[in-house]
Amino acid sequence: MLTSIKNNNFKYESQKLGMMYFRVAIVLFGAQLLMGLIAAIQFLVPGFLFEVFDFSVARMVHINALVVWMLFAMIGSVYYMLPDETGIETVGIKLGKLAFWVLTAAIVVVVLVYIFIQIGPGKESTIWLINEGREYLEAPRWADIGIVVVILIFYYNVFFTFIKGRKTGIMTVMVANLLALAGLYLAGMFFTDNISIDQYWWWWVIHLWVEATWEVFVGTLAAYALVKIIGAKREIVEMWLWIEVLMLFGSGILGLGHHYFWIGTPEYWWEIGALFSSLEPVPLVAMFVHVLYDWGKEQGESGSKPAITNTPAMAWIVTNAFGNFLGAGIWGFFHTLPQVNIYTHGTQFTAAHGHLAFFGAYATILIGMMYLGIQGSVGAKRMKATFKSKMAIFLITFGVLGMTVALTIAGYEQVLIERAELGGGWDAFFTAQNLPWYVQAQVWRTIMGVVTFIGFVYLVWDLLTIGKQAQAEN
Amino acid sequence: MSQNQSVWTSIRFWRQSAAWVTGFAVILLILLTFDTIGQITMGTDADLKNGITKRVPAPTVINYHIDYKYDQKRGHEVPVIGKKEPFFGKEWSPKEAKELLHLGKLTSQAKNCMNCHTLLGNGAYYAPDLTKAWIDPKWKDMIAMTGSKTKEEAMVKFLMDPSNNATHGRRMPNLKITKDEAMGLVAFLKHMSSIDTNGFPRGFSKGVEEFKAGGTYAH
Repeated sequence: MLTSIKNNNFKYESQKLGMMYFRVAIVLFGAQLLMGLIAAIQFLVPGFLFEVFDFSVARMVHINALVVWMLFAMIGSVYYMLPDETGIETVGIKLGKLAFWVLTAAIVVVVLVYIFIQIGPGKESTIWLINEGREYLEAPRWADIGIVVVILIFYYNVFFTFIKGRKTGIMTVMVANLLALAGLYLAGMFFTDNISIDQYWWWWVIHLWVEATWEVFVGTLAAYALVKIIGAKREIVEMWLWIEVLMLFGSGILGLGHHYFWIGTPEYWWEIGALFSSLEPVPLVAMFVHVLYDWGKEQGESGSKPAITNTPAMAWIVTNAFGNFLGAGIWGFFHTLPQVNIYTHGTQFTAAHGHLAFFGAYATILIGMMYLGIQGSVGAKRMKATFKSKMAIFLITFGVLGMTVALTIAGYEQVLIERAELGGGWDAFFTAQNLPWYVQAQVWRTIMGVVTFIGFVYLVWDLLTIGKQAQAEN
Repeated sequence: MSQNQSVWTSIRFWRQSAAWVTGFAVILLILLTFDTIGQITMGTDADLKNGITKRVPAPTVINYHIDYKYDQKRGHEVPVIGKKEPFFGKEWSPKEAKELLHLGKLTSQAKNCMNCHTLLGNGAYYAPDLTKAWIDPKWKDMIAMTGSKTKEEAMVKFLMDPSNNATHGRRMPNLKITKDEAMGLVAFLKHMSSIDTNGFPRGFSKGVEEFKAGGTYAH
């Protein structure tokens, strides 16, 4: 992957730019995992880095690195697929490259400030310069504005390339969805003294990203990848994509209501949130069926020769189909009804769901796109999974599943003892946190975190070497 | 569309359906948003004086006693705003209360509270939920522990030096919170406890006394 930009196999600069985004994404992915390990250890050894690098800092960088590496990989994926779909070079490629460097530099400054300055006095200047203190959207206001500018450049490139080039159904969905995705960020850029209004709009960004627009984005990527990897028929893929958009937006937009049960908002959100968020798993089943069906069909039709041109990418995309359904669908449904959520809200149950959903729905397919990018960079017709590819996908998937199970058990214990039995509050919280059942679950979570990290090392190693190997074989 | 093609395999049909369904969902969400924002906008000082219940009361709610009691009709606990009580030994004017709450909310973000605690159940799961922290029975112990006269005084002392007032191995770090900021935070927490959260958390701290006594079965 390091040499992928210097390679001359790309016909388009846009694809090189895509690879630049992927490289930063993978570094941030590593940072996310390291911060997660620190935070996991702090659950077990509370004195670890106390008042030096506290849990709040590790956790902030953990979730911010997550969001940012995914955004980088998403932008990278779009720049990568853009010339393929439109048949032309991206219109403002020079501007796009400049925006890449500006965004990367801004992210580096933000992270350094998070790590070394951490917090500030209770003044507006802290929110503008250090951090905004709102989960996932901690980026200080100056960076918010910078991100908006960079995203505008990105959107300009996507939109005008689309207008100038070939207009496929896949790109139509992409262009419309990206507009919503980018626009939603604005809902998280203001300050209010009213915590209920604060969280109301905060969820517009978080929920309408991860449970609506990001999901449609994944559907679009999967459609592109299926055409590319197994030569799936475009008409079928595009019809499925529209069905997915219908179901994802039909359930996901009003599914937002499941975040409005307890933040001061009226009771009618109980019914709206319960109904629509219960429907959210339906499109995820559809996506799963669709990927497996197409795979089977193309495999059957191709006869003796293998249908898959990039096996590691395909493996990650199948993992995505399953992980999305399991992590976002099943684990989300577990605690989406208000009758259950009143006890599970704000416990490790949410963390369990968060880990499997972000991994299953997003990390998987974005890693798949990186493998596609590498194949393109070396100009190989076929790319086969290596031992390292297999170790990476196995260890990362097994590790994340293990963390999810451990956190689910910790969540159960917390729900029943802290919430149902003791009723929440200071003593209830610490009583539940210190019980052996909970501690044991946290030990397993940490072990599985280490497994995930070893898988990550294999992944990076593979991404750095698989291209040359594929080139040699072709 | 050719005559033989079923509508179920028509891209055009699904594209139009997707657009209609999405449009309908967005419009419904926007309408509901108008209604909800109206309901969760802060009340006024006059509302409090006239006993008008608001889902999110005015900042001057810090001048009143706040309880959290079971409501038969609604089937869960709701905040109950009682008689006036001094807050830091005085009654706060609407302007002063607003400024104090502003400082508190700002400090809660500047100190990154949400990446250890949950607020209204949202945030991180490393430290207790703060939704009803103001009425947490634990402050009784903390008043004694910090040698304070009132709950708000104990909270300020705790916030300014949490690592030396810890109750468990998992301590809150010293975040260099000034006295003014700490007072703001206490106002922010008291205000948050007055928000109608539809009964979250349920049965707040109901089992704690029994548990501390070694359980009812023990005697």
